Amino acid sequence: MNEPDVRDFNLVDLLSAPQTEAARQMRICNACRYCEGLCAVFPAMEQRLTFGGADVDYLSNLCHNCGACYQACQYGPPHEFAINVPQAMADLRQESYERYVWPASFAGLLARNGLWLGIASALATALFLIGLVIWHQPGALFSAYTGPGAFYDLIPHGVLVIIFGLLLGYAVLAMGLSVRRFWLASARIPKLAAGAAGQAIHDAATLKYLDGGGPGCMTEDARPDDKRRFYHHAAAYGFLLCLASTSLATICHYLGSEAPYPVWHPVVILGVVGGVGLIVGPLGLLIGRGWRANARQAQAGSDIGLTFIVMLLATSTSGLALLALRSTPAMGTVLALHLGIVAALFASMPYGKFVHGLHRLATLLRHAHEQRTKMV
Amino acid sequence: MRVPAFDSSIPDVLIAGGGNAALCAAIVAARAGAQVLLVERAPKSYRGGNTRHTRNMRVAHDAANEILTGPYPVAEFWDDLLRVTKGRTNEELAQLTLEQSSELWDFLWAQGVRYQPSLGGTLSLGRTNAFFLGGGRTMLNALYHTAEDLGVAIRYDTTLVDLAIHDGHFEHAVLEHDGQRETVPAQSFIAASGGFEANLEWLIEAWGPAARNFIIRGTPYNRGEVLRLLLDAGVAQVADAKQGHAVAIDGRAPKFDGGIVTRLDCVPFGIVLNNHAERFYDEGEDFWPKRYAIWGRLVADQPDQVGHVIIDEKSIRLFMPSVFDPVTADTIEELATQIGLDPEAVRASIDAFNTACQPGHFDHTTHDDCATEGLTPPKSHWARPIDTPPFYAYTLRPGITFTYLGVQVDRQARMQMANGQPADNLYAAGEIMAGNVLGEGYLAGIGMTIGSVFGRLAGASAAEHRSQR
Repeated sequence: MNEPDVRDFNLVDLLSAPQTEAARQMRICNACRYCEGLCAVFPAMEQRLTFGGADVDYLSNLCHNCGACYQACQYGPPHEFAINVPQAMADLRQESYERYVWPASFAGLLARNGLWLGIASALATALFLIGLVIWHQPGALFSAYTGPGAFYDLIPHGVLVIIFGLLLGYAVLAMGLSVRRFWLASARIPKLAAGAAGQAIHDAATLKYLDGGGPGCMTEDARPDDKRRFYHHAAAYGFLLCLASTSLATICHYLGSEAPYPVWHPVVILGVVGGVGLIVGPLGLLIGRGWRANARQAQAGSDIGLTFIVMLLATSTSGLALLALRSTPAMGTVLALHLGIVAALFASMPYGKFVHGLHRLATLLRHAHEQRTKMV
Repeated sequence: MRVPAFDSSIPDVLIAGGGNAALCAAIVAARAGAQVLLVERAPKSYRGGNTRHTRNMRVAHDAANEILTGPYPVAEFWDDLLRVTKGRTNEELAQLTLEQSSELWDFLWAQGVRYQPSLGGTLSLGRTNAFFLGGGRTMLNALYHTAEDLGVAIRYDTTLVDLAIHDGHFEHAVLEHDGQRETVPAQSFIAASGGFEANLEWLIEAWGPAARNFIIRGTPYNRGEVLRLLLDAGVAQVADAKQGHAVAIDGRAPKFDGGIVTRLDCVPFGIVLNNHAERFYDEGEDFWPKRYAIWGRLVADQPDQVGHVIIDEKSIRLFMPSVFDPVTADTIEELATQIGLDPEAVRASIDAFNTACQPGHFDHTTHDDCATEGLTPPKSHWARPIDTPPFYAYTLRPGITFTYLGVQVDRQARMQMANGQPADNLYAAGEIMAGNVLGEGYLAGIGMTIGSVFGRLAGASAAEHRSQR
């Protein structure tokens, strides 16, 4: 007698609603192909005849939401085909972060991203404050500190390293595992094509596909410009410079040079330049969201992009405030606030918009490999 | 009926239409200093007429450039045009169109239009046709932005319902928007409002009841009202109402505006039966890009205006993916039943075809030697027995892209009157006058060429007319 084989019930092939919608639109796009020159999504689409769940998850992460195809589309609403690829991809992209998140049971954190991140930030700040108060005499928190090691009079360096090391370590682990799940779901690539990795890093680092094939990212009235790429660069590279500043500070510390550093110190310069980028970038992106076409933004789920931008802004402003107020009695409170926000940011990394960068990089890697190995 | 007058100053140039030809005219006239009012019948989201659905323009050029893969001299363009029109063209205007087409690449670039290499599946056009980055709608967006920046006034959702023309002199137009009518005088008038392919009553008048089954591939707004008004006002007519560009498309396409995705490129790989399960034309006569333009007419002449392409598993991956799934079955008889044909008759047609197929080396990239023998009509290339299940069927219907009946113009895009005199201040560009160049037949991308060439001429002439006053 034949036992039913569970493999006959292939749950992976059951598409979610956003996957079904993206697949429906890709089917129509694949018979049109007018947008072939705009970005990577359409050439990748053309290598497929059918669109399964893993295919559309992949394509959705390849989409940078520049909006060029939406403005180009002869089938956009109110046409009965109702094609809006950027929006369908945005909805699916967010769902795909949830689908591959590690551990899977934490997927709900993405859906209620803003709420729990707000709570986490407040909670972490409060914990730092309470910790500081308990650790020291109440008056100590509101005294002015100057000179080498002033921060660490309030919180010992070793404690900071342990707290943030653990938080960052967990974030890196969780994000690594979730990107791995995403990669394995759609790609079985035994050996990457030569040059694919370099290509992918280049395309990610330059935001190559945010330019709509050349003219730029689309605005509401379909006039493209390059502002979004500029602000994204400011935010992303600002973030990296801040990370570099912190890493350098840790190294300097173990070499015997303690914070706070003088203004000419590389730690401060990196931090200030990065911090300014991390203010200008998120602010520009925030303002841009106001006048960019809402028609193509994600409709489903919580606005994880907005939460992430706000968190980055909070990180940079509290960091620069700390620099400005470090010689005043407010330093202790601002320090607790900044540490609380950074702790929440680190903890939230695997469950917020931050993962888009890693998914994007993985997707661009696969795309570069596909384009280099495709049969002509 | 008294209607209120246009509330701002009298425009120098009034343009009816909102596609490529209208925008080229508006831009050139505005650059020459004219006050331009452009009236588009469609709402903003549907602006641009059939230009929305285009993607390239055929342009003459003497050398390859960064995108076009080789030279396409005017002389070769001329030969191509004569071949498809079988000589039904105004040679003077046709020659003018082809010569001026060589300026269009740079002209459109200067208006913000960008190009890209020819799209997948259209490599045969990579040398002759300039493909717009993002297709026709992106091209239109660039033209609209340029026109807006030049101060062209644009009104959407506004229909031109009447024209006051006396002895070839335009006085005013009556515009309707949201139920309100107003009279708009202008120094000159440019008709760039397309053909009448979305006007089923007019199509039926020309084609008979068969036109009821036509699918309109483009905008539902090309109803030909301006064309009718002009002909009624004594403007000379060119081409006849039965001529136009029609292709065979997927029968499940929406009645209007289905555009490019409803095309089917599978005809050369199978056989096409009518509703009596009979073949009616050589499916393998030539490559599909060279033949798709005749199949609309072929299918239109069949009973119920329907054709059924039947292919088998060997061919399903040889052509561009279709937007709708084919009907699929494991036997010919089952397939016939599903598409509503007599299974025995289909079987007989398939058997006759299969028997007639001669052995050869199948190669869909060349005119291969797979042909039928002793079959009428023959299949000249790519003929392979249809014997490998599953079998697939697509239903074809005629999809009309545009009509050629139009107004006669001269080298300045000035309309000619039926009495042989030139009009005073009436100009035309685009599909409404394409019949001057295209008496019949079609060349991919030439509709856009005519639109841009005559749009520029009309814009310059209308602006010139103003400065003479």
